[in-house]
Formats: sequence, structure tokens, C-alpha cells
Amino acid sequence: MSKKIHVKTTINSEEVEFLCEPRQSLLECLRDIVGLTGSKEGCNDGNCGACTVNLDGRIVDSCLVFGVEVDGKEVNTIEGVAYKDELHPIQKAFLENAALQCGICTPGFIVASKALLERNPNPTEKDVRFWLAGNLCRCTGYDKIVRAVLDAAEKMRVN
Amino acid sequence: MTTKNNKFKVIGTRPIRHDGTDKVTGRAQYGADFSMPRMLSGKILRSPHAHAKIISIDTSSAEKIHGVEAIITGKDLPETANSDGEDRKVTLGELSTDLKYLREGIMATEKAVFKGQPIAAVAATNVHIAEEACKAIKISYEVLDAVITAPEAMKANAPIIQEDLRTTELGEKLNSQTNIAEHLQDKLGDVDKGFDESDIVIEREFNTSTVHQGYIEPHNCVAHWRDDGRIHIWNTTQGPFNVRDATAEVLNVSLSAVKLTPLEIGGGFGGKFEPYLEPVAAILSKKTGRPVKIVMTRSEELEATGPTPGSNIRVKIGATKEGKLVAAEAVLKYEAGAFPGSPVAAAAACVFAPYNIPNQSVDGYDVLVNKTKTAAYRAPGATNAEFASETIIDELAHKLNIDPIEFRLMNASNEGTRATDGTKFHNIGLTEVLEAMKNDPHYKSDLSKPKTQNKIRGRGVAVGFWMNAGLQSSVNLALNQDGTVNLTEGSPDIGGSRTSISMQAAEVLGIKAEDVHPSVVDTDSIGYTFGTGGSRTTFATGWAAYEAAKDLKNKMIERAALIWDVDSNLVSMNDGVLNTNGSKNKSMTFKELAIEMNGSGGPIMGQGTVDPKGVGKSFAGLIVDIELDTETGKTQILKVTCVQDCGKAIHPSYVEGQMQGGTVQGIGWALNEEYYMDRNAKMSNNSLLDYRMPTSLDLPMINTVIVEVPNEGHPFGVRGVGEVNIVAPPAAIANAISDAAKIRMEVLPMNPQAVLKTINENNRKL
Amino acid sequence: MKWIDYASPNSIKEAVALLSNKNTVARAMAGGTDLIVQLRAAPERIGNPDVVVDIKNIPELNEINLDSKGLTLGSAVPMYKIYNNESITASYPALQDSTSLVGGIQIQGRASVGGNLCNSAPSGDTIPTLIALNATCKVDGPNGSRDLKVEDFCTGPGKSVLENGEILISIHIPAPSKGSGSSYLRFIPRNEMDIAVVGVGTSISLDGDIVKSVKVALASVGPTPILVSDAEKIIGKSIEDEDTLKIAGEAAKNAATPITDMRGTIEFRKHLCDVLTRRTLKIATERARGN
Repeated sequence: MSKKIHVKTTINSEEVEFLCEPRQSLLECLRDIVGLTGSKEGCNDGNCGACTVNLDGRIVDSCLVFGVEVDGKEVNTIEGVAYKDELHPIQKAFLENAALQCGICTPGFIVASKALLERNPNPTEKDVRFWLAGNLCRCTGYDKIVRAVLDAAEKMRVN
Repeated sequence: MTTKNNKFKVIGTRPIRHDGTDKVTGRAQYGADFSMPRMLSGKILRSPHAHAKIISIDTSSAEKIHGVEAIITGKDLPETANSDGEDRKVTLGELSTDLKYLREGIMATEKAVFKGQPIAAVAATNVHIAEEACKAIKISYEVLDAVITAPEAMKANAPIIQEDLRTTELGEKLNSQTNIAEHLQDKLGDVDKGFDESDIVIEREFNTSTVHQGYIEPHNCVAHWRDDGRIHIWNTTQGPFNVRDATAEVLNVSLSAVKLTPLEIGGGFGGKFEPYLEPVAAILSKKTGRPVKIVMTRSEELEATGPTPGSNIRVKIGATKEGKLVAAEAVLKYEAGAFPGSPVAAAAACVFAPYNIPNQSVDGYDVLVNKTKTAAYRAPGATNAEFASETIIDELAHKLNIDPIEFRLMNASNEGTRATDGTKFHNIGLTEVLEAMKNDPHYKSDLSKPKTQNKIRGRGVAVGFWMNAGLQSSVNLALNQDGTVNLTEGSPDIGGSRTSISMQAAEVLGIKAEDVHPSVVDTDSIGYTFGTGGSRTTFATGWAAYEAAKDLKNKMIERAALIWDVDSNLVSMNDGVLNTNGSKNKSMTFKELAIEMNGSGGPIMGQGTVDPKGVGKSFAGLIVDIELDTETGKTQILKVTCVQDCGKAIHPSYVEGQMQGGTVQGIGWALNEEYYMDRNAKMSNNSLLDYRMPTSLDLPMINTVIVEVPNEGHPFGVRGVGEVNIVAPPAAIANAISDAAKIRMEVLPMNPQAVLKTINENNRKL
Repeated sequence: MKWIDYASPNSIKEAVALLSNKNTVARAMAGGTDLIVQLRAAPERIGNPDVVVDIKNIPELNEINLDSKGLTLGSAVPMYKIYNNESITASYPALQDSTSLVGGIQIQGRASVGGNLCNSAPSGDTIPTLIALNATCKVDGPNGSRDLKVEDFCTGPGKSVLENGEILISIHIPAPSKGSGSSYLRFIPRNEMDIAVVGVGTSISLDGDIVKSVKVALASVGPTPILVSDAEKIIGKSIEDEDTLKIAGEAAKNAATPITDMRGTIEFRKHLCDVLTRRTLKIATERARGN
């Protein structure tokens, strides 16, 4: 049997090194090796978005990335969204708009929404719905999530 | 829309939920996030066949794989019969089951009765090795014929799924082999006479598919069978005490030998009451002496947890030409799965509940099929049945030329109306829901026109009924010296219930919701609390919090009396201020007393336990506008308004959230969700790619109208809000499709193919 | 997932060497959005590979070249780089249609058109578009490189002409002629995140209202994507004539050889071939006219 592979990467602006089996997904590596359990596993085949992370500026399903692939790359997860002492406006908007019920999909939605607002600071409802179609939520019916993202966009534009 | 009520300071406001920050930062610890030193990973090997005898199991090559620590099969689970040979019953969520069936569902011994049934399990040093070991276990099966729909399974020559099953026919056990676990019947008045008196009678037969709760977090657990004999379980569950009890029963240990710590839960909707993994992980842990973690995959979720049943339903309703309902008949055939226990009794209680119909007859059949055992799903049983009845009610209204809301108002159940089982309704809000629907700007607006070719639009309405649950809850409150209160409870928080429960305590104590610190604790640390389900948590655990707060308040009054050296009858506490009048006119704030607490006699705690009887029954209605593509049969939801009587909205945002979530689950059920079974009785679409739950792009905003008809059976007027909102959407959408295309849908899901087929069968040129 | 080894070569030569190693079963991976799922769920369907060769770090495979001759896409170029490139989407609107509806945004950040082609699923959303746009592809391998038409690439569900050790290098789409337009539509029960019940890719070039050339290809209605050769019967006819659309729709319906499965019955799928063919022709015509 072959050996584990050494991966050197940047996660949430910190240099991180870990050893993993090549078959382990980025999601497994984050959760089981690095200890960042904020990214969730909902389907493990790229259909729910609960494991969404940002990889070199693009959102991806971390269940469909091998951990070894992120060597030399930059990964940003839900754990890196808040500022040191303050929640990100999207996180605040999710709380203020009651945009979560069980909360299991919330990390994925927040990471995805952040990427949307970085590209499009003034999205329409349709833009938000299209961008977030890869993230399933079973509790909210999406209404309050969409409102939260639009609300966050507005607050971020004002500031 | 909520009614203003100045009586309350906290109730009806919208504080930020206590667990919110943890859940938006990724810090909240869900079941699968938990791990322990030396922990092993477990994996379950499942039957590839829907019905097959297990001839042999050979684990020898799997055992040789490096990293494999233990392998178990069904024989490793304890026997389930009592000393008298009778099997015990176990209550799970809103349903109950025989222990032997529960055990077979957890791991088969002699035969597999659904695809995905556990046959063996492996514990290994990582999940990939456990998976490889499962593949290396050799099992030989004798494949048997399978049956997957209730009408087929009821036929005399159908394959028998449980050899020892006998029908309970109206309470009496019959004597021959069967797949019909139970036939129940409710009658009111004289239904034949009622149909004779009817000027118009409509009868249709409906078929609905199996659908899944679809929570995003798969089942998971870590079990540690400790060397002191206690078994500690960390998991995701709606019912920590329910799963503790069931796990103990299956493992044949005393209840309190199991300690269950519920971690954060990623959705449940009724589906997370069952002990699928806990006994397996526990036995693997006992064999290895190490903690064992098992997490389900999505295909395991879909194939081997408890969806809600597919059904075959015949409904017949008669009315006079003036629009008075006089007779109604239903035959409900519900799939139980491979073991008895469909929610057909609940369906029977719901099917005609919204209406005052003097003559009724309802037959229900609980039928075994070779599918995974069904479990509760948001108003279990009601959605199927009311899809059927509400479609026919709509058709009657149209044929009689009466507005469908008006028709429902004319016949609505009210104070004193007799339900199918003869009991009388009391303190219900259906009329108020219907009035709110009628007066809603959505209903008063004209239906918008399609913008492109080949599109037609329609509007539909429907209502839904659900009875809700009471059951037992416990809450402890402890006063902190800084004037805040620690609240411990046993209800897993799936949608903001920490806050809605804390708010009820805060209201009594006259403090802010933020000054209550709620914790959901393990089964060793709180009194018995039935699970989060049956729309009961804000109702019952909220009530326990109310009782605990009253207790704490009384003790604080006594303490103030002690400090002031007055009779406690002379002390009162209002809006967080303690007062005594009379000779010593003194006052102190809640916080001032808290500061003095330890110096004045020690800690102060309050306790509340309830087993409430005053459950408030719920009604909700839906108005929906749809657009139908006449060339493809595809339905697009344009506009939705959900109206629900919640009794009293403690936290309106989370009430709206329940209404929106339930509505959208109902929309998914209506349009696309189904178990597509291939000819070998295997689910073809066992992924979230092909089990099509709605995405954000499939939906508009979901308007909500909260109606508040206070429940007299609760101190703050609360009714449950979690479930009833799922009931109306399928019927409302079917009625909207009918409005657009002049066809009546008799199947769920009403997917594009089904709608197009119905259009063609009706030779509709659209 | 069983143990696999991972290699990340920097050159085509290295990749070919890894893929043609007789001692291992190797599979090339670009975005991995199909391959990783298959490795987990059904590795036997892709030959139980024990090595994954990640080709994303090979510079040539990430190139995009758009010039007067047409568009050349490296096989590892992810979807989002295509639909975010306005020069590409202006010339090849059907390619924008296809690439922006594969999976969600997360999938589009990884999945490539080359991977979609090599995966050779009957439902691949970019393949009918590539066929309709007359795309060719360049393959390299132990026996040297070769070029072939995309319409000849897929040979069955999950099967292609790629031989052991061969790797898809790039896809070339000729420059669109003046007065041409293209469109891809798929029918799915949801609005996103779904597999095509039927997909139709169409390109058309017009001289006034008269059809000069047309190409229609179908997804999800046969073991491979299907070129509807009989759609060419509308060449020379007026696109404004309802009959013209009917002829093309009928041709698509007849060319389709679907099965009944969880995504639809034979009858429903054939019907949709007709509907979508007519719809794509209308959209492609609008686009050809610059509307």
C-alpha cells in the first residue's frame, strides 16, 4: 500500500500542513484531520452544497475535491468568515433575518453567499436564487435566506 | 401579520436566537462533528435485495483486512422476547412498534425484507477500511418475490413479508398469513343515507409516492460501551429519551444504563426518532472496547431510514345543491414498509377533519410492503389523505359554482363539530384561517397573465388539519448572581426552540429573553422529555419553562420575604421587580435579589414538569398561483401565501419559518419528490441529484399570515406550529393545476410527465 | 473508497506515461466532479482504478484560444471560465447555455467541458452543443496524437474512443459563420441541479429566413449523444414556416432511442425531443439575427 501525502496549504489565511490519504476528500481532511468541522457533509456527491468552501477564489463542494489537490492553494471555510472580533455582515443578516432553523446548511450558504456578494454587490432576488441553487436547505423554504443575503448586500453597500 | 397584544413584554418579539452565533460561524457541534480519542469508524453492510432469505454470511476474509477491529451480524443483537415469550412494544416518536420488528430493522437475522436492511457491520480504524471490509463480507441470498405497493401487497397471492403477521381486524386478531397489519374503521352517522341525500357525489382514487423528510444532516452517532457497564451515546436525534429507551430495549439493558447526549441536529421532520445506528455502534464498541462512530451516507438515508408512506386512497364526498356537505367516505391504504406501523390512524383522523359532515365512514389499512419501514414526517399521514379530500372538496365547489373558500367556510368545522371518530372539536381556528385567506390581498388579486407562449396559469387553495401532540417535558431553571437564569431542557433545538422556550420563562420572570441561557442537556441531566416532534416543543417544553419560571418566581418571592422579614403573601413580583407593601414598603429588582442570593440562604432553582392535556389542534391554508407549460407539463410556482392558526406566536420569525419550510416541503412532495422503484424493488433515485427536493431557484418568496386563535389549553395560548403547514400544498397545487388546465390530478408527485399524461388522457387541447 | 494513488503531472508526456502504465489502472481527472463520485459509488463501472492522474496542472490543458479560426479549449478548462468570457459567449451562445447549467456554481468552478465529454454520459449537457457547433477534439497518447469529431467521440454510456493511455488535450470549435446562431436547452423537472431528461443542442445559419445549414444533437435519449441528421431536411426552407420547425422536431423525435427510467418514459422523452428542438431552433434563429 502506498503512503500518505504531505499537504502544505493555506486555510483561512493560516499556513497549515497535514498528512492525508490520497483518497480523502478535502472535506474529510478539513473535518477529520485539520479539525475544522464547520463544513458539513450532507450528501458526499456534490448535490447539497453543505460542504461549500472557497478554493483559490471559487466556491467548490469540498466533498468533490481531493485533499491532496489543495497543496499550495488557498482554502477559505466558514471558520474564516467572521472577523477577529465581529461577525461578517452576512452572518449578522442570517441571525437578524432568522435565516436558519437547524443550521446544518448554514455554513455552506454563508460561504457561497459571501462569494456572490464579492462578485456582485447588488444582486437581484433571481441572482441570489440562481447562485444558491447548489445549496439545499430543507428547513426554511429559502425565503429568509434570500432575504438575509439581500439584506447583507444592502448593508455592505452602505458601508 | 401578527396581532398586537400589549399583555406581553417578551412573547411576540423577535430576539436573536441563543445558539445563533455558533451556527453561523461553524462552531456549533452537530452529531458528526463529535469525535473521541481511539474512536473507530463503523460501517453497515446492507441487503442489496428487497426480499431475500439469508443463506450464509462469511466474514472471514473481511476479518483479515488490516485495520478491521470487529464485525457483527444480526445474531449479535440480544433476543427480544419477554420470559413469557411475548414480544415487547416500543414507542418511537408518534408511532409504536414491536421490539422484534425494531431489532430486525436494525439488523436482519434470517431474511432481508427491504433493500438497504442492515445485515452486518464493521468497526475499523477508518471509514474507508470499514467500507472495504463490508465489500469483503460474502453473503449468499435466496432472492424472493417482492411487493412494493399497498394494493398489490393486499392481494391474496402476494408474497408474505412477515410470516408471523396476523391482521388486527377492527381490534380482533385474525388467523391467517397476511401483509395487512391492521384494518381500522371510524363511522359517524349513516353514510349510505348521506349519499342518498346528496345532489352531487364525487369519487376519485388517488395514488401517492413514498417521500423522504430530506433533512440535510444524515443520521450519525458515537457510542461508547464503557468498562463500568454504562453506554454513552452522542448523536443527532429529535428524541434523546425516545432513542435512549429504544436503544436500551434493543440492547436488553436498563434504561438508565444508556446516557444519551444529543448534539446539534441538522433537521429531522419526524425522521430522527429511530435508533438505526445506536445499538449497532454500541455492540461494536462493546466488542472492541473503543468508541465507535457511524455516519450514514445519503443513499443509506434514502433507502434505509424511515420515509413517509406511499398510499392508495379512495375518497367519495356528497353535497346538496345548496353546498352543504352531507356524506363522506374514505378508504386509506398506507404502506407501512416492511414492518407494521404506518400513520394510517392519524390519516383517518385527519381526512375529513376540516368539515362538518354528519355522515362519514373511514377505513384504514396498515399494509406491509418490501420497502424501508416508514417513520413520522411532519403531520404524518395527513398530507396524503387531505390531498385526496381537499381535491374533491375543490371539485365540488367548482361544480356547485361556489367560491372554494366560501364553500369551505359554509362547511367548516367549528366549536362542537363532530369529527369522524365522534369526538367534538373545541377551540379551533379554521374559520379564522379561511377568513384570513379570503381577505388576503393575494386571494383578492387577479391572477397574472402568462408572458410566453405555451404557458397557462391557475390559482388553487386548500386547507390542512393536524392534531398536534402534548406529552411530557421537563425544565430546570437556576438563578445566577448576575440576574440571569440558566435554563436546562431536554428538547433538541431544530428551529429556534431554545429561544421560544426561554422567552416563555422570561415572560413569567419579567426579564429579557437574552438573560436566559438555555442548554439542551443529556438524558442524565434533565427529567424525561419526549422528543422534538408533533409540533409539541414550544407548546409543551415551553409550558414546562412557564411552570419552572413560576416555581422560581415563588422561591424568589419567598427569599425576598425572608430578607425583608415579611410574610411571603405580602411580596409580589411584576416585570422583574419584587415589592412588598404594607408596613415595610420595600422593593428590589430581580437582579438585586440575584446578587444577594448566596448570602441570603443559598442558590435558587425552579423546576417545571408537564404532561399537558390541552393540546391545540391546528389548521393551515394555502393560496398558490402556478404556471403550467402545456408542452412539457412542468409546473412553476409563482406566488404562495400560507395562512396558519398558531394559537399564539411566541417568536413570530420562527413561526413564519415553520410555515415557509412546511409549505416548501409540501411543494416538493406535490411536484417532484418520489421513490422511483425499479422492477427489482430498488430505489433508482437514491441521491439528492435524482431525489428532487426544491432548490432556491424553484421557488418564489413564501408569504405568511399568522392567525392567532389562542389555545385555551396553554398558559400563553400556544398551539403547535411545526407540522400542519405541509398538508395543504399538494392539494392547493393540484387545484391550481385544475384551474389552469381543467384536469384533475390523482397522483403525487404531479411531475411534468404525470401532468402531461393527464392532459393527454383528457384530450385537452391547451 | 478503496485506496488510490494520486499523481499530478506537469506535462502531457508525463500524463500519458502514467495513464499507459501497464501495472496500474489509471484514470485522468480534471475537475473530478464526476470521477470522485464514481470512485466512491461505483468504481467497478470505470474499471476499478488505482491511480488518479490529475491533469489540471498541465499548462496546455488550461489554455483558451479564441481567434479567427475559432475557439480552442484545453480539456481541463472549468465551466465558469467559459461562461464568464464574453468573447466566447458572444460567438457560441449554446456553449454559454450548456456550461452555465451543469450542476450549481460549486460544480461549475471545477467541472470542465473536456471532462464532460470524456465522462461520455448520455446526459452530458455540453456534448450536444459541441456536436451542433461542429467541434473536433485532439487526443494524445502512447501512439501519438489524433484529431476526431466530437460526434464520433462517445461510443456508449460512460464509454468513448479513448484508448488505454490516451488523454483528451483540447476541443476546437470552428468560428461561427455570419448569420448563425446556436442554443442548448435541456428539460429538467427542477430549474437547476438536475440531469437532463432530454437535452437539445442546435446551431443554425440563415440567409434571410432561409435555412442555410442546421445541426441538431440530442442528450439523454440514447446510449450516446445523438446527431439528428434528418434535421438537415429543413435546409432551404423558411424558418418562419411552422412546418419547418415541425419537420425538425419530428426528425429529432425519430432519431431518439430513449429508454424508460426514473427520469422519464420513452414516450415523454420523444415528445420532449420535438418540443425542445423547435424551441432551440427559435432561440438559435433569434440569436442568428442578432436579437
